[in-house]
Amino acid sequence: MNPEMAHDLTELLGQITGYIYPNEIEIQWSILIVVYPYITGLVAGAFILASLVKVFNVKEVQPTYRLALLTALAFLLVAPLPLLLHLGRPERFYEILLTPNVTSAMAMFGFVYAWYLMAVLLLEVWFEYRRDLIVMGAQERGLMGWIHRALSLFSHDTSEASLAFDRKAIRAITIIGIPSAFLLHGYVGFIFGSVKANPWWGSVLMPIVFLMSAIVSGIALVIFLYMMLAAIRKEPVNMPCLDTVTSYLFYAVIVDFSLEALDFIHRLYQSEESVKILGTLITHKLFMSLFVLQILIGMFIPLGILVVAKWRKLNEDGRKLLYFTAVILIQLGIFSTRWNVVIGGQLFSKSFRGLMAYKMEVMGIEGFLTALVLLAMPFLILAVLIRVLPTKRLADEAPKPA
Amino acid sequence: MNKRDFLKGLILFFPAGGVLGALANGSDAKEASPAKAGTADTAPKAGPKAYDPKSHYYGMGIEIDKCIGCNRCVEACKAENNVLQEPFFFRTWVERYVIKKDGDTVVESISVKGKASKDAAQEDSDVLRTFFVPKLCNHCVHPPCVQVCPVGATFATEDGVVLIDSKRCIGCRYCIQACPYGARYLDPRTKTADKCSFCYHRVRQGLLPACVEVCPTQARIFGDLKSKASRLVRFARMNKIHVLKPQLNTEPKVYYAQMDGEVR
Repeated sequence: MNPEMAHDLTELLGQITGYIYPNEIEIQWSILIVVYPYITGLVAGAFILASLVKVFNVKEVQPTYRLALLTALAFLLVAPLPLLLHLGRPERFYEILLTPNVTSAMAMFGFVYAWYLMAVLLLEVWFEYRRDLIVMGAQERGLMGWIHRALSLFSHDTSEASLAFDRKAIRAITIIGIPSAFLLHGYVGFIFGSVKANPWWGSVLMPIVFLMSAIVSGIALVIFLYMMLAAIRKEPVNMPCLDTVTSYLFYAVIVDFSLEALDFIHRLYQSEESVKILGTLITHKLFMSLFVLQILIGMFIPLGILVVAKWRKLNEDGRKLLYFTAVILIQLGIFSTRWNVVIGGQLFSKSFRGLMAYKMEVMGIEGFLTALVLLAMPFLILAVLIRVLPTKRLADEAPKPA
Repeated sequence: MNKRDFLKGLILFFPAGGVLGALANGSDAKEASPAKAGTADTAPKAGPKAYDPKSHYYGMGIEIDKCIGCNRCVEACKAENNVLQEPFFFRTWVERYVIKKDGDTVVESISVKGKASKDAAQEDSDVLRTFFVPKLCNHCVHPPCVQVCPVGATFATEDGVVLIDSKRCIGCRYCIQACPYGARYLDPRTKTADKCSFCYHRVRQGLLPACVEVCPTQARIFGDLKSKASRLVRFARMNKIHVLKPQLNTEPKVYYAQMDGEVR
């Protein structure tokens, strides 16, 4: 055992309150496992926003459709990385695919992930972009032209019949895609919710709470990206679109909050064996991240801001400013939600007699910097994707932005 | 040798070979049978070939009132299984409970410091009762760790022992999260999960687990639940027994006698 680790654990030993089982001193799931559900949540949320257009025919949301799809794709590509980096033996990760244990929720990750990536997102993106890829591939020369032709899988058919088929296919995929997005993130919730040893996690509501908060974070992210992109391109923001999407965001936050409040009240009212230690946990260890960041800054304040923006009849600039502030606060809140679940669930002893401490590494492979890099990566991928795959349909494309 | 002699020889040779073979088998059986009778408590003393996991089902009994908190089981376990000496990794550990008259309960693991701390040991008049509780992997009948392992690296053997294949474990630590008893840890040397194995390498050779072997007061009883004459079965018959966290339905196979309700 290296002396650095011994030193760190000895330091943590001094921060214990009450009694913990001796093996519990090491916090096993680090910040990377906070990043993982945060990222998959963004994927699921962004996809569900995109499907509003295709399945429920919400025309106002159309301007964000492609951006939402690409966002989901960019984040999905990064989603397995925090898991992989967190493994003690990452070189053995393939075992989870080759010899999965069928009773393990975690073993299903590879299959859920592959299904969602291959059968849903990539397919939908391809059908959505096929016509544009063919048009661009025919016009362009050089590398970009070649890339576009390759991405269209060298199809040439832009007849009305083939386009009608594209539209039908997209609709079908979206209809399959919604339950798949629910599966992807509900499943992540199940990984935690099915752990009966841990009363902070073990709740049947966990997958549903995860899902709702995923929708909140995904919508908020797409709004953020849409506004940023408009600012970078110096284009006007489509206000009806923004107003509609923020309304959805508003209702999603309310549902999310109601579910979490229900969970909280239910625990308090049932008052099981663990209620005392969980009470100490939230007041001593999670006060800042739960009450201040998640609930006050991540929910109440953005809800207030959205209410002000909607009912005070502000002008466009005022609304934009408020929306932008709200979505950033919401992101902060949802990240805190993930933190409170993953880290919070490991800060109390399963003897229900004491609390542990988590000291985040900064430089290490499971440290703060890795988490930052992982959170930045999807944005870089998205920047590349947007360069290759325009976020607007070609027909209504203006002369040529950025 | 002509053809006739050869055939005559053959007629004699095969039956004789058969008889000799039967005799040899018989002596093998004689050798094995006392060992089987002697398995009452533990495992057969015959070689690994004669060991049949189907005919055993292991568990452990712990008589709380007999434990004196000497920590020798913990030391023996660390030595036998090459467990890291640092006080963050235990396949077994001993907890000390001090229950005060006002209902306050103070628990500590004497194994972390190697001995019970003096300040907690004072014989104050406000102490109602104190006792030690050895803890280890419960080798559950329904082990949640086995259920959640994504690659099947942790598994239950036919003879009722939950083991880890450290060559297969990917170090995801889901099993550590799923264990309600805090019995597992991540070995920083191999970056794989580790925990008590009931000293499976010893048990299969008919030996007792190291912790049971060294316990000076016989507070730990190891045995075969499938053998009526086993010490464990007798222990379960003679004591009112309890298991840890029965409400989780893991069905632990470490049985405690004289267990206080404060023990979790």
